Amino acid sequence: MRAPSSNETALGEVLLAVEEVSLSFGGVRALTGVSFDIRKGEIRAIIGPNGAGKTSMLNVVNGFYQPQSGRITFKGNVRNSMRPYAAARGGIARTFQNLALFRGMTTLDNILAGRALKMHRGFFWQLLRYGPALQEEVEHRRRVEEIIDFLEIAAIRKVQVGRLPYGLQKRVELGRALAMEPDLLLLDEPMAGMNLEEKEDMSRFIIDVNQQYGTTIALIEHDMGVVMDLSDRVVVLDYGRKIADGTPDEVKRDKDVIRAYLGETH
Amino acid sequence: MLYREVGQYKSNYAADMAVFPILQDRIGIAVILVIAYVVFPLIGNDFLLNTILIPFLIFSLAAIGLNLLTGYTGLLSLGTGAFMGVGAYACLKLTTIFPHVNILIWILASGFFSSAIGVLFGLPSLRIKGFYLAVATLAAQFFLEWCFIRIPWLYNYSVSGAIEVPLRTFMGIPMTGPTATSLTRYLAVLTIVVAMTWVASNIVHGRIGRMWMSVRDMDLAAELIGIRLFRTKLLAFAVSSFYCGVAGAMMVFLWYGGAEAEVFAIDQSFLILFMVIIGGLGTLIGSFFGSALIYILPIALRLIPANFGIPIRPAAAEQLTFVIVGALIIVFLVVEPNGLARLWQIGKQKLRVWPFPY
Repeated sequence: MRAPSSNETALGEVLLAVEEVSLSFGGVRALTGVSFDIRKGEIRAIIGPNGAGKTSMLNVVNGFYQPQSGRITFKGNVRNSMRPYAAARGGIARTFQNLALFRGMTTLDNILAGRALKMHRGFFWQLLRYGPALQEEVEHRRRVEEIIDFLEIAAIRKVQVGRLPYGLQKRVELGRALAMEPDLLLLDEPMAGMNLEEKEDMSRFIIDVNQQYGTTIALIEHDMGVVMDLSDRVVVLDYGRKIADGTPDEVKRDKDVIRAYLGETH
Repeated sequence: MLYREVGQYKSNYAADMAVFPILQDRIGIAVILVIAYVVFPLIGNDFLLNTILIPFLIFSLAAIGLNLLTGYTGLLSLGTGAFMGVGAYACLKLTTIFPHVNILIWILASGFFSSAIGVLFGLPSLRIKGFYLAVATLAAQFFLEWCFIRIPWLYNYSVSGAIEVPLRTFMGIPMTGPTATSLTRYLAVLTIVVAMTWVASNIVHGRIGRMWMSVRDMDLAAELIGIRLFRTKLLAFAVSSFYCGVAGAMMVFLWYGGAEAEVFAIDQSFLILFMVIIGGLGTLIGSFFGSALIYILPIALRLIPANFGIPIRPAAAEQLTFVIVGALIIVFLVVEPNGLARLWQIGKQKLRVWPFPY
């Protein structure tokens, strides 16, 4: 694993910025005035204790939740809230904490489904599955095979994902997100429930995605070792508020973070 | 032993993505088509064609229609019977208004009317799912049934209140009406069912099929990869209702030769739903299996006592058939909740590795 770059000027322009975002469900405040940005090409970690609002933050970014106040700037477009379809169109892909795969479909079909936005052949050709429609299928299959090679899941191409072990399902889900060729990839606990070896594999994939495809990544993770090693910058949430933001080293030394998240040290 | 894919290498993605990538499957399909097109017409008597094969094919098509909606897209519908009815009544009106157009064209075109109605009643599917959607489609069932009975224009003001199928010819051969032979009707039904099954298979294996299944398996994730749920669901309603509509039109024009509104009652909806569930949700072949089990099995059972000379009154035999079929359905569902298509798949897998267990 590489050393995190502490030099902020090396980072690209701002890809996504959330400003003063507040979200509440009835009386429960999930997020209170949270602001941070994600720059092009970086790996940005969002950490915090359970219930800190990390997943809510991702849900706001890709449009599942509409915040009550605040602004979201993505690729220079300012809006009050995102919509899932607009987010997908704009190039935001996402994986889930508790897997959201299409369980009845094969690995191949799951990843191919990730290319839904890139396939356009009309209904008529689909009826015939011939000519342009078949051409398009083959063309996208080729791209999907690249992803399958990259994630080393060639052996399970035609297996229904519902029957795969958890670690592989996580990988297929990453594959589906990659099939969208996203500009921003949101990973919600990509390593939850994995053993050390699987975590190392997944870390390697995340770094490779970031470096080979130049994809910007925002990830939520509880494994501090992984977070500190992988990410360029870390934002720390607690009770829906941002309590720290900076490089892993800065965050590690922050008094509030130590108190809120890593536990009191006496 | 014969069913092996060993040595059948695929050198391009198109071949690997074919609907039947295994040679033996392609041979099997060819054999079935030859039997259906050559053997049955040669040996088939009126009973075989008219009582078994024509209805079996029509029910299969209706089951495919419902399967596209319920099995592939995960939208439960109880309005199948009514959507079939829309097809039948649309076909009657079309052929009444334009009697000189080929009836087969009208049978297919009536699907579009059914499609439109299906989309209309599919509109609530954006907001509601599962049982609640089933109740919404139930409303469609009752409303449409009411229309079939209360709007005399739909059945051409006939005294009986039933559809009376007029005589229509195609190149001088009677296609519909009392003088049409069961052979011509069988061939017409067979051709339509084969063609539409082929199209359905194309749809579900491609982009649209994947979109439907994505919505079925995890609609949130589907939305996130850029699938517009509403459009996708409505498309499923449209295509599904088209199939049901054509099946309904064929049922009246190429099988019954006349029908009352009660043919399209809720019983019909349930019957098709059972076929889909027992055959296997989300499989096309399951639709045929389900239709065979629910429709052909009772007929076969009813014939057994007579053929073996068992002294049993017809009424008793009828009752016994219900009991046996009901028991069989329960057995099948307990043994394989995923339907006959899954059993078929397991069987194929076993054959593939035979004589080894795995």
